[in-house]
Amino acid sequence: MISQKVAQQSLRRLAVQQPYAMRWSLMNAASPAAVAMGRNIQTRFAATSAKTTDPTKLLAEQRLRRPVAPHLTIYRPQITWYGSAAHRVTGLLLSGPLYLFATAYLAAPLFGWHLESASLAAAFAGLSVATKIGIKSFFAFPFTYHCLNGLRHLTWDLGRGITNKQVIQSGWTVVGVSAITALVLAFL
Amino acid sequence: MASLRTTSRLLASSRPLFRPATFARTYATVESGVQEPAPKIKKFQVYRWNPDTPSEKPNMQTYELDLNKTGPMMLDALIRIKNEIDPTLTFRRSCREGICGSCAMNIDGVNTLACLCRIPTDTAKESRIYPLPHTYVVKDLVPDLTQFYKQYKSIKPYLQRDTPSEDGLEYRQSPEERKKLDGLYECILCACCSTSCPSYWWNSEEYLGPAILLQSYRWLADSRDEKTAERKHALDNSMSVYRCHTILNCTRTCPKGLNPARAIAEIKKLMAAH
Repeated sequence: MISQKVAQQSLRRLAVQQPYAMRWSLMNAASPAAVAMGRNIQTRFAATSAKTTDPTKLLAEQRLRRPVAPHLTIYRPQITWYGSAAHRVTGLLLSGPLYLFATAYLAAPLFGWHLESASLAAAFAGLSVATKIGIKSFFAFPFTYHCLNGLRHLTWDLGRGITNKQVIQSGWTVVGVSAITALVLAFL
Repeated sequence: MASLRTTSRLLASSRPLFRPATFARTYATVESGVQEPAPKIKKFQVYRWNPDTPSEKPNMQTYELDLNKTGPMMLDALIRIKNEIDPTLTFRRSCREGICGSCAMNIDGVNTLACLCRIPTDTAKESRIYPLPHTYVVKDLVPDLTQFYKQYKSIKPYLQRDTPSEDGLEYRQSPEERKKLDGLYECILCACCSTSCPSYWWNSEEYLGPAILLQSYRWLADSRDEKTAERKHALDNSMSVYRCHTILNCTRTCPKGLNPARAIAEIKKLMAAH
């Protein structure tokens, strides 16, 4: 504080004794008229960027080259968005094969394929136990997870169960319950 | 560590010019008498990108700080890095108490305000600091929020009303009506929630994002506002609201503890009754 006062006083003294020495400070402060006319040129002794011929052009160029901040790869894995991604992926795993099978079933008579329930059941019965359980759990988990998580979505759409604590709890509950029920279905 | 100044030198430089001799003497005894605790060196990895050399790819720069000499918050660490190690490090900050929303960034994988985020004391693990995800980077940790502010402007975030108040003085609300705005008016528009939303990452051109939708609901829920129908009509399309797939990263990350996801759910309910 004292040093500030000393500096202020000495500046004032300088202004009184040698008015011409203070001219530099007046040159930097633009008059309102000059600002309005666009004739206000700021002098900076340490320019932030060298050779700025046209600042707007420079800005436009910079905007084109601006990188996009990293997102998917750096965001912390959380039950919220991982659960949501799993909901979508399980939906795809269920609907994709369904569409494939339905189309094949439709086209089967044309190509002479046997996709009737009886022949499929017979073919499945011929597989080893491990393969059977593998195939069953591959479809069972997406089914149970997508169904149970769908219930969460329905409650959220009613505006319920949407606090942080409830979302985390229900998320992990759905993961656990769907894993168990999927195993039960696979061993049926 | 050679580039680090000790705190004692910092203190010395900020000392008034004319210090009484007694003060100087006690200061000296304190410095010589107390043994310094063992340094707790923590590594901070910070995202760097300089617009002056745009062809150079963004990179992570590592800084080391002694936590004993640093404040408790991430913003303290960043300010200390800028003051003492690398003055070219660029970030936004203002209030340092979670009310301005300037220092929003991605710290250890989660969007938050640097001023409200404690530095994890585990020195074995380094902290990683990125700008807000999927924003255009102006420099280092400074994101370009032009689109975000444009979207905010687009929802007309102000009271719209044609009829004058009964007494000509105030637009009155019952305590119940006022209560509806709790949890909405506290939003500081730091953009943490919007930039945590994967849906907003892919659709920020048209999807409004959680922060703006929370603000939108703040005006829909306001009993004094008379343009509710117009506001709902403006949202009635496939992009503005319905790109929300209730991922709920927004509520998870909000540094103010608000619930944008609930606000969006309420909007969807209003729209269904529309």
